[in-house]
Amino acid sequence: MLKVSGVHTFYGAIEALKGIDLEIGSGEIVSLIGANGAGKSTLLMTLCGSPRARQGRVVFEGEDITDLPTHEIVRRGIAQSPEGRRIFPRMSVLENLQMGSIVAKPGSFETELERVLTLFPRLKERIHQRAGTMSGGEQQMLAIGRALMSQPRLLLLDEPSLGLAPLIVKQIFQVIKAINEEQKMTVFMVEQNAFHALKLAHRGYVMVNGRITMTGSGAQLLADPEVRAAYLEGGH
Amino acid sequence: MTMPSHTASAAVPTNRAVDWPGTLRDAGLAAFVALLLTLPLVGLRTIDRPTGLGIEARPDEVIASIVLVFLGRLGLGLIRQNLALPVLVLALACAGVGLVLPMPTQVLRLVLVAGGGIIALRAAITLTTGRSKLSQAERDRRMDRVAVQVQHATRYIAPVAIIGAAILPLTPIADRQILDIGILLLTYIMLGWGLNIVVGLAGLLDLGYVAFYAVGAYSYALLAHYFGLSFWVCLPLAGLLAALSGVLLGFPVLRLRGDYFAIVTLGFGEIIRIILVNWYQFTGGPNGISGIPRPSFFGIADFTRTPSEGMAAFHELFGLEFSSLHRIVFLYYLILALALVVNLFTLRVRKLPLGRAWEALREDEIASASLGINRTNMKLAAFAIAAMFGGFAGSFFATRQGFISPESFTFIESAIILAIVVLGGMGSQIGVVVATLLVIGLPEAFRELADYRMLAFGMGMVVIMLWRPRGLLAHRDPTILLHGGRKPQAQNAGAAR
Repeated sequence: MLKVSGVHTFYGAIEALKGIDLEIGSGEIVSLIGANGAGKSTLLMTLCGSPRARQGRVVFEGEDITDLPTHEIVRRGIAQSPEGRRIFPRMSVLENLQMGSIVAKPGSFETELERVLTLFPRLKERIHQRAGTMSGGEQQMLAIGRALMSQPRLLLLDEPSLGLAPLIVKQIFQVIKAINEEQKMTVFMVEQNAFHALKLAHRGYVMVNGRITMTGSGAQLLADPEVRAAYLEGGH
Repeated sequence: MTMPSHTASAAVPTNRAVDWPGTLRDAGLAAFVALLLTLPLVGLRTIDRPTGLGIEARPDEVIASIVLVFLGRLGLGLIRQNLALPVLVLALACAGVGLVLPMPTQVLRLVLVAGGGIIALRAAITLTTGRSKLSQAERDRRMDRVAVQVQHATRYIAPVAIIGAAILPLTPIADRQILDIGILLLTYIMLGWGLNIVVGLAGLLDLGYVAFYAVGAYSYALLAHYFGLSFWVCLPLAGLLAALSGVLLGFPVLRLRGDYFAIVTLGFGEIIRIILVNWYQFTGGPNGISGIPRPSFFGIADFTRTPSEGMAAFHELFGLEFSSLHRIVFLYYLILALALVVNLFTLRVRKLPLGRAWEALREDEIASASLGINRTNMKLAAFAIAAMFGGFAGSFFATRQGFISPESFTFIESAIILAIVVLGGMGSQIGVVVATLLVIGLPEAFRELADYRMLAFGMGMVVIMLWRPRGLLAHRDPTILLHGGRKPQAQNAGAAR
């Protein structure tokens, strides 16, 4: 579904991604784990065209999207729940969700809204509240819900567990699993919370200093002694 | 509501004797600061002498202001020391004296009434709540509540205000001066509403809005001058040309963000003005353009006693006595209609995808892009539409004045319009009206304060920024509600925003 080959991304003179190759198949959950500053978020942003890859190709469903502007990439069916959630704080929850449906098929708003509110009942309770006044977990739910409103075929999640209480993290990951199973949504997730991310994922990649160093099924990576030492033990 | 006395004693040291030396020292310090401030600001005055500009000292005013500051600070200090009741009486007495007795200057009267009133209010609050001072958070909350109520009440206030504005020229109080002030206010309200689209909705800080105002004004003046086109033909053309200049500016600039963007718009405003000054052959340079034709009554009738050929006279057409006021009344209605068009547009567009996209851009550009919003097009649209309304206002300005020069389109105009938008609360339609009444209306109303007018204006700005840093009426209501869902208290008040 999505094929990334030899992607290099720079911030000025600094090379953040040093030749990334990865592939995401339809219906999969793929997790990308790695330490702070490894370039995980940069990769996700590069998929959306901001910053643009200086070398390499990003191909989505057979179409080269490397050089498309961000809003065109989104129109192709890729939605992102960005790092730090980036909800619209002064708008109500409903307005936030409505903003998500800009690129969706016309007339799909009501059904999509219903579906998102079923996934996240908390959002229904807060539907007219100003989004900025909600808790971190609720804001994360809103960010994911907003991304889903555009009826994407590929959902990109940037650190959905960042700064959330363990109980909420569990809820969020359950929902991601449900979206994948019930709606056959393809999910590409970037996470520092390696344990949850790999447990949920069909496949995983490990990123170190802008390079993919390891790949395998979620269970394989979870069992790998190197991964355990670097990302699992001590931290969790 | 009075609190039990034991809670009062917790906040105010009841049984302690008044700390006179400390309070006096505090008041003396405030008086000293007042001395430093008033010595250059109030104590000196430049006067025109035949030999040139001279300086005159004004010791009386300085002494008066120092004494007043001393007394005011003393009053505030004593309120905190359980002497609120006597202070209340004295402050009210002060205000009363200022109101009733003849004063040497209007300023003294204003200071006595306003200062005495504020201190009395403070004392009254202390007496009723038992606390000398509200905490900042609590004060903000209270004022937010009032602001929200005002904004919700707009649903009822707005129609009344519009009807009031519409029948004003028909009432007997409408003389030339009142109508002129009304036209001035409405022009700024229209400009404020226009700029609100860019600043309030799309969140782009535009410091050069006056450039579009100038483009509109000069478009009409030049088209009329060179081609003899009438106002009604030029109005849409001027809007179009202003929108075009908005797009021209927009293309290179919209890649910039925040402060950099603001600086370039500031530059654009100056570029337009400098072109107008220097392109002498075409625009008349600093001399401006005079003899700009007055608007006709929709191309049917003229407002002169003896209309030009092919035109009827307005007063004959309607069988009225000739009055030079007719044209002013017509201009008043014209700008009222134009301003309402801008308002209506903004109210509608907030409920449409375009307006929502603007608001999303204001809140978070990166998130907006990741939701599929074309940032460049949206910003260009905001810029062009706001510029168009600025152009309309500009050509109205030209036809009303009959004379324009680059002098009318300096940076200070941009700053005033921006101040109106920011003080009113960015994005708030009613806020623009309130802020215009304050920023434009108050200086007009206080013309008798003469030199102190701008000082009072500055003080007003400082007070607003201290107490309402996000603007007077900054509350934002959601534009959509869930079907069949429970309606929230903060229901959108149609005309409120």
